[in-house]
Amino acid sequence: MLVLCGIAVIVAGFLLRFNPLLVVAVSALVTGLAAGIAPLAVLAAFGKAFNENRYVTVIYIVLPVIGLLERHGLQERARLAIAKLRGATVGRLLIGYLLFRQLTAALGLTSIAGPAQSVRPLVAPMAEAAAEAQGVAPGGDRIPAMAAATDNIGLFFGEDIFIAIGSILLMKGVLEGYGIVIQPLHLSMWAIPTAIAAFLIHGFRLWLLDRRLARTQ
Amino acid sequence: MIGTGFIYGVAGLMFAAFAILSATDRTNPKRFGNAAFYAVLAISFLLGGRLGDIGNGVLVLALVAIAGSSAMGRGGRATTTLDERRVEAARLGNRIFLPALIIPAAALGGTVLFRAVPNLVDPKQATLVALTCGVLIALVAMHLWFRPRIATPLAEGVRLMDAIGWAAVLPQMLASLGAVFALAGVGDVVGGLAGHAIPEGSLIGAVLAYTLGMALFTMVMGNAFAAFPVMAAAIGIPLLVRHYGGDPAVVAAIGMLSGFCGTLMTPMAANFNLVPAALLELKDKNAVIRAQIPTALPLLAVNIGLLYWLGFR
Repeated sequence: MLVLCGIAVIVAGFLLRFNPLLVVAVSALVTGLAAGIAPLAVLAAFGKAFNENRYVTVIYIVLPVIGLLERHGLQERARLAIAKLRGATVGRLLIGYLLFRQLTAALGLTSIAGPAQSVRPLVAPMAEAAAEAQGVAPGGDRIPAMAAATDNIGLFFGEDIFIAIGSILLMKGVLEGYGIVIQPLHLSMWAIPTAIAAFLIHGFRLWLLDRRLARTQ
Repeated sequence: MIGTGFIYGVAGLMFAAFAILSATDRTNPKRFGNAAFYAVLAISFLLGGRLGDIGNGVLVLALVAIAGSSAMGRGGRATTTLDERRVEAARLGNRIFLPALIIPAAALGGTVLFRAVPNLVDPKQATLVALTCGVLIALVAMHLWFRPRIATPLAEGVRLMDAIGWAAVLPQMLASLGAVFALAGVGDVVGGLAGHAIPEGSLIGAVLAYTLGMALFTMVMGNAFAAFPVMAAAIGIPLLVRHYGGDPAVVAAIGMLSGFCGTLMTPMAANFNLVPAALLELKDKNAVIRAQIPTALPLLAVNIGLLYWLGFR
């Protein structure tokens, strides 16, 4: 029971708005001590895992490319391209992007888009340009936040259809630990109904957004 | 064989350059905090394999100390103004999109190519190696096209990196916390508790405890990967599969997707929810989570229904 203190530390730390890195480190220490592990051994376990998980942080190597393109007007070009497109609305644009993100993720192409690679330089400025044409005042959080949300939803509920993605391999490994052997294809197949539901639910919300904007205009 | 050494070498050199650029940026009142943070990351990428477990733990403590004492600010190196960018956008036309497409094209083409030519690239790292190559190719191409100064792409990169700040390493920290949780046996305890909470003989009760448990535990850990082994051990395997005869493929797949609904609703999933808000420079750092909750909750309900009807035929 005592080892659950670490979870309480995370929840409390977030509610009290401490720095999350600090909260995670304290949670690890508390959990380790509660389980009777020496502090130095907790530090070593954390350090070992941190070193093994460096690949999680590698994605930021795209930033110099994106930054240089921004310097030469990438976002402004993305806005211009949408402004020229007749009939482009924020809802239609993001529904199209949702479909693109789900389909490419289902093919295993998860790192071709993302907040740094595509949302900041292209999708968010395009969505803002379309929304401005529909009468939204520039500068608010709502439209860019929706662009980022659409990217996440497309990724999460597309990637599990791909047979070689991390989560499928994790599930296969965990089930094998219980003596249940399942082919990755069989697992990925059962991600399809949820993927369709995610497209319908989020697509419906984007369609509603367009309707609401049309009414306020 | 080309593998993590190459990828981590490029990332480490980039963070080392970020550290130097931050230290020399007099417009940032907290420049040495940023410089120290990026320097520690550079050491982790370049030397992490040789430091030993305790050494890496000390690196983590250094990152926590810098971030926890609010020692990081934002640099103010000159970039182009909005008007200059509009002029560039009009002058360059849609060709500006081409360099942006090099990275995804290289990631795709490289992954296929490296699989076809084994022994050159570590097959486990094929996509990341291809992505790294794509970044380098794009940088060379843009260098030939725009003729910037050598430091310019790095200065523009540090501008974006400063916007993300310490949140950049939170996912890596949470993955490491998951390792400590596993070592301490947190999963078994949560499993025991969850087992007690379900009314006996109630299939829908077990389905609800499993799916909602996946979503809630994912919200706490920021990662469905950490929640899945716990909930599978607690309810998924013993109750849903063994006791009620559920299809293990459906139980696993829809359980994981219920966890993803939780990922959409938590600030702990920093790389998906906090980093985009920082990158887009939103005023409300929870704006992305707010935009996702109205999709996540109905989708969680759909997952509960799907598991109940598809898993136990």
